[in-house]
Amino acid sequence: MTETSTWATKKGLAQMLKGGVIMDVVTPDQAKVAEEAGAVAVMALERVPADIRAAGGVARMSDPAMIAGIMDAVTIPVMAKARIGHFVEAQVLEALGVDYIDESEVLTPADETNHIDKHAFKVPFVCGCRNLGEALRRINEGSAMIRTKGEAGTGNIVEAVRQLRDVLSAIRRLQSMREDELFVAAKELGAPYELVTQVAKDGKLPVVNFVAGGISTPADAALVMQLGAEGVFVGSGIFKSEDPARMANAIVQATTHFQDAKIIAEVSKGLGSPMRGIPIEAIPEGERLAVRGW
Amino acid sequence: MKIGVLAVQGAFAEHVEVLRRIGVDAVEVRLPEQVPDLDGLILPGGESTTMRRLVDRWGLRQPILDLASRGAPVFGTCAGMIILARDIADGDEPVLPLLDVTVERNAFGRQLDSFETELAVPLLGDQPVHGVFIRAPVIERVGPEVDVMARLDDGRVVAVRERNVIATSFHPELAGETRFHRLVATMAAEHADPGEGVGRRPYPTRRSRQAG
Repeated sequence: MTETSTWATKKGLAQMLKGGVIMDVVTPDQAKVAEEAGAVAVMALERVPADIRAAGGVARMSDPAMIAGIMDAVTIPVMAKARIGHFVEAQVLEALGVDYIDESEVLTPADETNHIDKHAFKVPFVCGCRNLGEALRRINEGSAMIRTKGEAGTGNIVEAVRQLRDVLSAIRRLQSMREDELFVAAKELGAPYELVTQVAKDGKLPVVNFVAGGISTPADAALVMQLGAEGVFVGSGIFKSEDPARMANAIVQATTHFQDAKIIAEVSKGLGSPMRGIPIEAIPEGERLAVRGW
Repeated sequence: MKIGVLAVQGAFAEHVEVLRRIGVDAVEVRLPEQVPDLDGLILPGGESTTMRRLVDRWGLRQPILDLASRGAPVFGTCAGMIILARDIADGDEPVLPLLDVTVERNAFGRQLDSFETELAVPLLGDQPVHGVFIRAPVIERVGPEVDVMARLDDGRVVAVRERNVIATSFHPELAGETRFHRLVATMAAEHADPGEGVGRRPYPTRRSRQAG
């Protein structure tokens, strides 16, 4: 009995990406640079988050021709973004044959109440979260991989650290609870009781957990790995830096050797300037991306 | 007796967990100086292009080849199988050419074609193996010294062994399957303490046993 696109294969692809770096790319040439540097996958999109932020307006799914061009250029998995709740964009990406769909807050949401029913798709999804409740709601909808959102396009790691610590400390709190306390915990998290009990028992999310939004140096990548991330997404941080190929390679090395400060020091030497970055306080409330998603 | 799991990238934690579940001392391996102490090594699933670059960058190639030439078992799953192949169909240079096979990467297509199926693996007993195939490679050519351990219904080769080197296209570590790891642990124990396995190493293949 052979079955394709099962939960184990959806979740399993994310397991294969662990300990790796997924890089945003906007052209086939950038995709090749990323693959050459050791990226485990690329995210194909028309503009990196820093440019989306600068351009304003409505950000949508990328041109399918551009995504297909990137799929032809590399052998590593190719991911692409759909707007939150925009299940037709997701259908289009599935028809293209992308390997993973990111239902992403970086694009302008298409639905202010509902996310995509991800169980209805054969292609696996990754979704963003800011806290454990949000992560478990996305998993309940069928997300086979989770990433904390950070604050995309800022080059500022502070939100990513806050959110990752939030998720992991909430998990540790669940582990210390009596079974009869988990009912209220589920209510307070706004998450399904079955997933809450599973997390309390296992001490980790039932799917792979990456960090996104703000990583711009090898040390940033190693910081979130030491805190407990299973891998990293780097968006603007690579192709907005002075020497993208070297920066990409250095972040890959630091993600593998995240516990070895000597190696992180070695790979960080002479990388040129990272992307410029913006303090979170400088972004008006209405322009923050992490608050998108419910 | 200690078995290493190459931990430069990929699903290494899952292999460490299976080894610990069956009572084996398991360590994550990222640097060449860790390799000589091992009695066996597992190359996990992951992205083979990424693993290739990290293996080269940190000089892991020669110590692993030395470990295998001493007769210690080496077991590769999915990307690990690609790393172990002597020939790669798209013309990429081999990484650790320890298996005389030709391997085709992403042989089934993209992620949408990933699948699960039951496989007969006679060497591991009558109970079938549950195979999880994720963007999996397949073996196109099998050298004369290589034993085929499992095929798909259509005849394509998905598990092989050549002396002390074993490789699978699928992921036993994702399916609660421990028999491959038990086999590797037995081989590693014999390598660590040859007294137990005298006369059996270096794991002759079926053909050379028949010839002898």
